[in-house]
Amino acid sequence: MSALPTAPGAGRLTGSAGATDGIPAASPVTLGRVLRSEWTKLWSLRSTRWSLAVAFLTQAGLGPLFALLEMGRWNQLSLGQRLFFSPIDHSLVGFHFSQLAIGVLGVLIITGEYSTGQIRSTLLAVPRRLPVLWAKLIVFSVVAFLLIFTGALIAFFVSNAIFTEHHVNVGLGAPHAFRAVLGTALYVTGTGMLCTAFGTMLRATAGGISTFVVILFVLPPILLLLPTGTADAINPYLPSVAGGSVGSALLSPHSFSPWGGFALFCGYVIAAILTAAWLLKRRDA
Amino acid sequence: MIEVRGVSKRYGEKVAVEDLTFTVQPGVVTGFLGPNGAGKSTTMRLILGLDRPTEGTATVAGRSYADLPAPLHEVGAMLEARAIHTGRSARNHLLALAQTHGIPDRRVDEVLDLVGLTHVARKRVGSFSLGMGQRLGIAAALLGDPHTVILDEPANGLDPEGIRWIRTLLIDLAREGRTVFLSSHLMSEIQQSAEHLIVIGKGRLIEDTTVADFVARASADAPVRVRGADPAALAHALTAAGAAVSLEADGALTVTGLAAEQIGELAAADGLVLHELTPLRVTLEEAFMSRTHEAIEYQPTGVPV
Repeated sequence: MSALPTAPGAGRLTGSAGATDGIPAASPVTLGRVLRSEWTKLWSLRSTRWSLAVAFLTQAGLGPLFALLEMGRWNQLSLGQRLFFSPIDHSLVGFHFSQLAIGVLGVLIITGEYSTGQIRSTLLAVPRRLPVLWAKLIVFSVVAFLLIFTGALIAFFVSNAIFTEHHVNVGLGAPHAFRAVLGTALYVTGTGMLCTAFGTMLRATAGGISTFVVILFVLPPILLLLPTGTADAINPYLPSVAGGSVGSALLSPHSFSPWGGFALFCGYVIAAILTAAWLLKRRDA
Repeated sequence: MIEVRGVSKRYGEKVAVEDLTFTVQPGVVTGFLGPNGAGKSTTMRLILGLDRPTEGTATVAGRSYADLPAPLHEVGAMLEARAIHTGRSARNHLLALAQTHGIPDRRVDEVLDLVGLTHVARKRVGSFSLGMGQRLGIAAALLGDPHTVILDEPANGLDPEGIRWIRTLLIDLAREGRTVFLSSHLMSEIQQSAEHLIVIGKGRLIEDTTVADFVARASADAPVRVRGADPAALAHALTAAGAAVSLEADGALTVTGLAAEQIGELAAADGLVLHELTPLRVTLEEAFMSRTHEAIEYQPTGVPV
């Protein structure tokens, strides 16, 4: 039956075209199937697993680490520092790092395909293209959210257990506590999605990561060089400020409410994703 | 069946493909020939929906590629440029592709076995040789058991045994009634597996014919080597009869434009003694090169005026 002496499995090909058993002749591409494929892709790369591990460990571990340091030098803190000490925000400091890891990974899940040429294989399987972007965003955001939310909860409880030493601990029922924990996970996840959108637009790892770093880490300090009035007027609209407030217990008089700021941040993320989708659909791959 | 109708592709000012029209029929292997840079890869990318044509349409099974509900079952393609993430294992690469169509995992193992990569299935693609990467590309193309197979320069990086293997595979696929379309810049590679031939040069169609016809026409134009007692008189007579004659270092003449029979009759009529009359075989490679060369020479430079 097999006409291919060097290929032991060749018998499979010699059936009539498209009618081999076990493979339905027309098994269409669906969003569910693309989700499954993107799930496999996410976990089958070493760099992805590392980034996710770093994001989780920094989110869960840095809060408690800083809590230990703070409690150790509590008696050296000024009265003001002790009065305004926020056990919630101190427990969640890890987000500075987890946000970086998730942001870089958000860029890489799409630019890694462009730099290796994998995107061509991907788009040959899913030529309508947009399901690829939706599936990447869904798989990545669900994984990132669950990891960061779990990490933030661990950080919150462990840190507050450490804060009992000087009786400055709070519970998850304290004002703003749960909102800040949830908000941290939402903000970091949103950052990751924003980065996937940048990566899709720029199709290059370096460009994607630079854009992300400039917008989230370079713009805020640059703004301080402007006259105070101007800086205060612009500041609440920065993605990092608008989005970050939902993850913090401290309310700033110069910015939006936590959820109001987060809504604006979501608006930025959606605008970036729609631009990315439009470019992905329109451009030659 | 692949149908390309009036397809042009311009990247800014640069014309990659100009008004191409051809059909690739099922049941035979069709070779797609052209020198490097002729537009073969671009044409394949246009058929596969990776690039959008500036004008015209390209369809597979009557639909544009992007409209196929299950593209991997309809078309299996391997592009020349690398298209695989180097950090993933061969098996996971195929698995992720299979899952988009709900193709079962065991089919992944089957195609790995078919291309002889089972023993390295769990190794990272980055560690693969060029030939192994090529085999993995072929495995991906066969994953959905497609009706149409499109391969861009499949022999690249394969050893002679691998080239033989792929030739047999392609002929078998065509015999099963599939459409097989493969590109190459080497005629010798195509002539052993293809029956039909599409030749392009500078993005334009030069030939759309059978390999047999192409060979026949190439041999008809083949030069003839002639040696005689009086080369000067012989050359004079042949030139007068409309042939092009050139004198070789050993005193022989290379004659083009007349068949060996005509030259012999002409010499007999003029009473000229012949010592040798040898029709020279033009290799397909040469025929192909001269055809594409002409096409390039007589085309405008490609920049619209």
